Amino acid sequence: MEFLVASAIGVLTAGGIYMMLRLRTFPVILGISLLTYAVNVFLFASGRLTIGAPPILGDATTYTDPLPQALVLTAIVISFGMTAVVVMIALGAYLGTDDDHVDDSDAPEEDAT
Amino acid sequence: MSLLLIVALPFLGALLPGLMNQAGRAACAGVTFTVTLAAFVGLLTNLPAVMAGDMVSFRVDWIPTLGLNFTLMLDALGFFFATLILGIGMLIIAYARFYLAREDNMGEFFTYLLLFQGAMVGIVLSDNILLLLVFWELTSLSSFLLIGYWKHLPEGRQGARMALTVTGMGGLAMIGGMLILGQIAGSYDLSVILQNRELIQSSPLYLPALILILMGCFTKSAQFPFHFWLPHAMAAPTPVSAYLHSATMVKAGIFLMARMWPVLSGTPEWFWLVTGAGLITMVLGAVIALFKHDLKALLAFSTVSHLGLITMLLGTGTAFGAMAAVFHILNHATFKAALFMSAGIIDHETHTRDIRRLGGLRHLMPITFVIASLAALSMAGIPLLNGFLSKEMMLEEAYHTVLGDNHWIVPTLAVVGSLFSAAYCFRLIGHTFLGAKRDDYPAKPHDPPAGLWLPPAFLVVLVVVIGVAPFLAEPAVKGITAAVLGGVEEVPTAYFKIWHGLVPALYMSIVAVVGGLIVLALFNPLLKLWDAAPRPEAKTIFEALIAGTVRLAQALTLQLHNGAFSRYGAVMAVTVLAAGYYAWMTGTVGTQTRMLQPAGAIEYAGWLMLVAATLAMVFLHRNRLLSLILIGIVGLMVSIGFVFFSAPDLAMTQITVEVVTIILMLLALNFLPNETPVESTVLRRLRDVTIAVAGGLATMALSYHYLLRDAIATPISEFHLANSYKGGGGTNVVNVILVDFRGFDTFGEIIVLGIAAVLIYALTETLLDGPVRARLLNRKPDKPLAGDMHPTTMVVMTRVLMPVVMVVGFYIFLRGHNEPGGGFISGLIVSIGLVMQYMASGYSWTTQRQRYPHHGVIGAGVLIAGLTGIGSWFVGKPFLTSDFTYVRIPPFNEFELATAALFDLGVFLAVVGAVMLSLDGFSRLARRAHVQDSDYAMDINPARSGDEAPKGQEA
Amino acid sequence: MIHSLILPVVIPALIAPFIILAARYHIGIQRVFSVAGVLAMLAVALMLAVETSDGTVMLYQLGDWAAPFGIVLVGDRLSTMMVVLMAVLALFVLLYAIGSRWDERGRHFHVLFQFQLMGIAGAFLTGDLFNLFVFFEVLLIASYGLMIHAGGNARLRAGVQYVLFNLLGSTLFLFALGAIYAEAGTLNMADLAQRVQLIGAEETVGIRVAAVLLILVFAIKAAIVPLHFWLPSSYAEAPAPVAALFAIMTKVGAYAIIRVYTLIFPVDLDVTAGLHGTWLLPVALLSLAVGAVGVLAAKKLDRLVAFAVISSMGMVMVAVALFTAESIASALYYMVHSTLAAGALFLIVDLVRQSRGHLELRTDAPVAGAALIAGFFMVAAIAMTGLPPLSGFVGKLMVLNAAYDTGPDAWVWTTVLVASLIGVVGFARAGSVLFWKAQSDGAPVADPARIAPAPLSYVAVGGLLTMLIAHTVFAGRMYDYTTATAAQLFAPDDYIATVLQTPGKLSDGTVANKEEDQ
Repeated sequence: MEFLVASAIGVLTAGGIYMMLRLRTFPVILGISLLTYAVNVFLFASGRLTIGAPPILGDATTYTDPLPQALVLTAIVISFGMTAVVVMIALGAYLGTDDDHVDDSDAPEEDAT
Repeated sequence: MSLLLIVALPFLGALLPGLMNQAGRAACAGVTFTVTLAAFVGLLTNLPAVMAGDMVSFRVDWIPTLGLNFTLMLDALGFFFATLILGIGMLIIAYARFYLAREDNMGEFFTYLLLFQGAMVGIVLSDNILLLLVFWELTSLSSFLLIGYWKHLPEGRQGARMALTVTGMGGLAMIGGMLILGQIAGSYDLSVILQNRELIQSSPLYLPALILILMGCFTKSAQFPFHFWLPHAMAAPTPVSAYLHSATMVKAGIFLMARMWPVLSGTPEWFWLVTGAGLITMVLGAVIALFKHDLKALLAFSTVSHLGLITMLLGTGTAFGAMAAVFHILNHATFKAALFMSAGIIDHETHTRDIRRLGGLRHLMPITFVIASLAALSMAGIPLLNGFLSKEMMLEEAYHTVLGDNHWIVPTLAVVGSLFSAAYCFRLIGHTFLGAKRDDYPAKPHDPPAGLWLPPAFLVVLVVVIGVAPFLAEPAVKGITAAVLGGVEEVPTAYFKIWHGLVPALYMSIVAVVGGLIVLALFNPLLKLWDAAPRPEAKTIFEALIAGTVRLAQALTLQLHNGAFSRYGAVMAVTVLAAGYYAWMTGTVGTQTRMLQPAGAIEYAGWLMLVAATLAMVFLHRNRLLSLILIGIVGLMVSIGFVFFSAPDLAMTQITVEVVTIILMLLALNFLPNETPVESTVLRRLRDVTIAVAGGLATMALSYHYLLRDAIATPISEFHLANSYKGGGGTNVVNVILVDFRGFDTFGEIIVLGIAAVLIYALTETLLDGPVRARLLNRKPDKPLAGDMHPTTMVVMTRVLMPVVMVVGFYIFLRGHNEPGGGFISGLIVSIGLVMQYMASGYSWTTQRQRYPHHGVIGAGVLIAGLTGIGSWFVGKPFLTSDFTYVRIPPFNEFELATAALFDLGVFLAVVGAVMLSLDGFSRLARRAHVQDSDYAMDINPARSGDEAPKGQEA
Repeated sequence: MIHSLILPVVIPALIAPFIILAARYHIGIQRVFSVAGVLAMLAVALMLAVETSDGTVMLYQLGDWAAPFGIVLVGDRLSTMMVVLMAVLALFVLLYAIGSRWDERGRHFHVLFQFQLMGIAGAFLTGDLFNLFVFFEVLLIASYGLMIHAGGNARLRAGVQYVLFNLLGSTLFLFALGAIYAEAGTLNMADLAQRVQLIGAEETVGIRVAAVLLILVFAIKAAIVPLHFWLPSSYAEAPAPVAALFAIMTKVGAYAIIRVYTLIFPVDLDVTAGLHGTWLLPVALLSLAVGAVGVLAAKKLDRLVAFAVISSMGMVMVAVALFTAESIASALYYMVHSTLAAGALFLIVDLVRQSRGHLELRTDAPVAGAALIAGFFMVAAIAMTGLPPLSGFVGKLMVLNAAYDTGPDAWVWTTVLVASLIGVVGFARAGSVLFWKAQSDGAPVADPARIAPAPLSYVAVGGLLTMLIAHTVFAGRMYDYTTATAAQLFAPDDYIATVLQTPGKLSDGTVANKEEDQ
């Protein structure tokens, strides 16, 4: 079980990194979303894995670690906001220039002196 | 007068000329002169004390901890230099008043001049070597302004930059040297350092310190190999040259060598470095000077040469050498300033400084002739003029100086040096004033107004007086020498007199003078030789060097920062991986402490789907719509995983967020291209795959490592589980953590959401105000539009669903504290419900029925959350302290009403507002574009005349 | 119950939503509230600095929960000093933004500005690592908004890169936090500081990796080479007041490094031996060099200043990386200097842009009334390049002095001195091109199209420069203060005790819990 989770994190990360290194904004954003999944699961797993013991107080004896869940929940919402923003900015950049490359090769010093 | 005031006066006074500028040139010069005079008088008031031999000092703490304090001291040496700086300063000011042209901004000039003057005085009065550094660099800066004063001259700018670069470099080196020196001596106060000769000279760091400090001195005093900047500083107005290169700037290095003489001199390193550099500079400067046609250039190189002479004298490390040096500093200041001013006069009156175009001026400018000739002869070392005396001493000293074990080198070089020195002096006189009168002067030469010739005349009087009656200068010089020697050596007893008898020095000086005459006689053939001979042009080398450096820097910087995010990202990934790997490899791996849990078929299936979806998305990412669907599946699998690992709240959040995100992405994709073209090379993709795989393995290994081990101590969440109900009044620990234990995180988080929405709104506005709007308006949709924009069934469905969604949202909200749910999730659910209305019934229809502005909702949400937090202040509790009670509203079962719930309400509102405002932004873009949105919810409405029906298809 | 410690967070957190709710169409009201908010923050910050100046550690338990179970804000010399610095910078930047009417060129400038300040203040004050993450996100997302304020294609394109880069940074932060929680089971800094002591030598990989990931996160914020790539174009493209405000953002990274790597992972901690203690200095020196080279290479003034920022961050980190009380003290002094200098320079860049129309460093017709700007530039450049008599020089002396007799002092001295020489040359070239060559061709042109900068703009820049001069004149006082601050950082027991032993709601027996933890 642990290995499945760990390897899933690995796969998500790998996919995320690969996509993050693409040249257009859209795949890069998707890549970062993948990385977000990866890190959310990673953070979640920092509370170790417990099956069938949700942290809803009842008469159960053991509960899973609730804190990482709270952290991940926060992280998910924050990353939602971030994604929305980056999509919008990327869209704005694209609409302005009809170009959705992430690389900004002509950004540094063009003409001068 | 207090030393502080003497140093401060020029700086304070520097403000005045700029202000007086309107009041006219005379006023400017007047106030500047007055300031300098005041400082000068203030200096003189300390004369008795100095003559009595006791040290005047002043101290204010600046940074005691660092040992950098504002401590000043005045001894004979400092007094001597200060007199030169201020005294000659006054003459220069008077001279400049008449020299500068109408169009020159005099206020600016005198401001810079006073700044420079103050810095110089600061150098010679500093008792703290760090403070001395401050003033030292200040002279570099202010001289930068002075040299570049004529901004329209490219030479001026280049000369200024060169001076700043070279002297700045020296200054920086000196910072190092001084710090080492201070660390050795245990104090940065000169008075302390000067007492520690043995300690310093025995320290292993003596040599580095010496070299670094000498670099400072040599650059300032234009010693070989740093001599090249000085001649180019001649682009400055002549008064500046006269000031900087006779008495002040270039003397700073000399001063410091004299200052440090007691602690640094006397070692072989000192001797070789200083005497060596001095000799080379002396000869080199003299030779070059002879062949310069520009009067000021000639004088510049002669200055270089004479500075070399003084340096050489200081380098010998004998008391007599020091005394000769001091004496020559005085003499050189007098005659060189006079010469520069004369050169300025000639330039001013004949509009040229080219010796080849001059000659025979003695008839036309008799006064100038007398002044210049006397000064030049003194420089050449003709008896009855002060230059002769110090040169005699120099030769005397050189005669006794042994380089290695060779008795001849130093004397010979000294003679050669003074020979050429004599030669160029004679040339200066001969080719400028003597000879036949010419008729092709650029301007009709005549003697200048008194204002221009009086200052040099005054100096020449000194030249003669000292020359005729050396005993007048003797006590002063000896007093100063004593200050230089600092008790390390006895002041020599030798008397200053013109006739020493038939000593070797006399022969040497005769040889020099006669030789000088011969050289001048052979000038033209020599000149041909000289012009024929290839010489390195320091300026071009320097410029090339700088240009090269700049090009290199640009190449590097552009290579490094080429604006390619894909590369920046790769660099970052690799850095992180490398650092992590290093940390891992240098650490120790403990033993496994947790049991592995078995995995059944379902788990494997889920894992397989997740992996498959991920890989599929990576491989098919070029089709953007498809990749969006696939990432949706990934998200779904993740949330299922959360359910499985007993995190219902996470699952619900994940799924709802997923939905909203996808909608948002779709809206964006509506504008973006549908395909991602193949661009990166195979090699490139190989690189990326490698990094990706490495990263994957790394994270996998890391999380596997943690999963097999327990935390080092019981996680703090134990407390949360124990106290969630008791202290937070909720059984859903996650929610209690979110709204109570760590409510502050949540507070920040909804603010993030709020900002996101506000940002998107602001950006939309900006875009729609800008050129983008036009682009959008005449943009053709790249996808076919749906036949009916608002499918009736969908509209009906959503209308029916809306209340249901609302109730569910409300329910989820209320139960949140005890069961999975809460503000976020219900917020997201409700906003999804609203979004459905937008999607089904169209933007404008829904907006018309949207009573509250999204902005308001967000603002209200954040405010409610914040005020809830503040509320607890009134019961004397910290921010966000919760309290709760239990209530029952039928038909819902009993639930607990906590202030936390109020906070959660804020969360709810913020979430709804944020999501709606964001989507609103996107859809407003869409409306600007192809979509002709109808105000009616349904396209087909029997009640309406059908003509409006197909609105959607237009565009 | 004293609430002053949380005010720097709460004030902007209430003003901003109020503006959204009530005043989003009235720039005038927005300005009033924004300025009032910043002034209030400044007052509070000064109060806090006074309260903590005697070494007391202030604690604020949010929700009345005791650390480590709840979130706490901690005010000590360092954090309060940083908040003061932020407030001072913010005040002048805000005045400039109003004076230059930058705040009218897009929506919600003041809202984002306030939220930005809230994020920064929170990051300085919080005593909890995950809460630090949250505040990083707040200040980041606000900075995204500010960075693309007023739009424009170049700016948006730069903005995309800036956002993406920082999203990666945030992801990394979460990885680090996951690692830390998995290893130590806590998020509170003081608690963590105690728990890492429990880790045995046979079980170090976990915490080592966590420590490294964490410092990388902060290194991105602090723009340390090779993680600095986000900085040049985003600072160059950002609106001038925003770029000026960003001068404090890099310092947030530096602050976090100082805090975490003196409190939790001190350089003499065995389990993390040979990590940041070894590697931070080389990269810091590298940043210093890269920045200086960039200054020399820059063909546009804004990029020149951006690289100067990298260089001065390198300087700060060099001092930090020595990890001695003296070096940290110098680092803190230099940090204040570099913030003020960078802020002033970015504003001056904008003045130049307004009066010259562009920022290319090439000869161009001179502009009427450039004298004052030239003066400002000269002063700021002197400060930035570390020439006397301004604080840059003093700070440089402090750093060099602190580096003396540490192992790598030769490296430090050489790099610092050479780098500052390069910097001097670069700024001298730029200055003489902008303000001297300009005069060479033709009479000044008074272009009617260009509106002369408003007086308020000059006031703002002048104010920052005055602060710089004050920082120089009172260098003695400042240095003593930072020295005391460093001393406090190197004796963290008081901090830890205050945080962990102050009881909160239901914390009867929690102290006992902690005992058995150890």
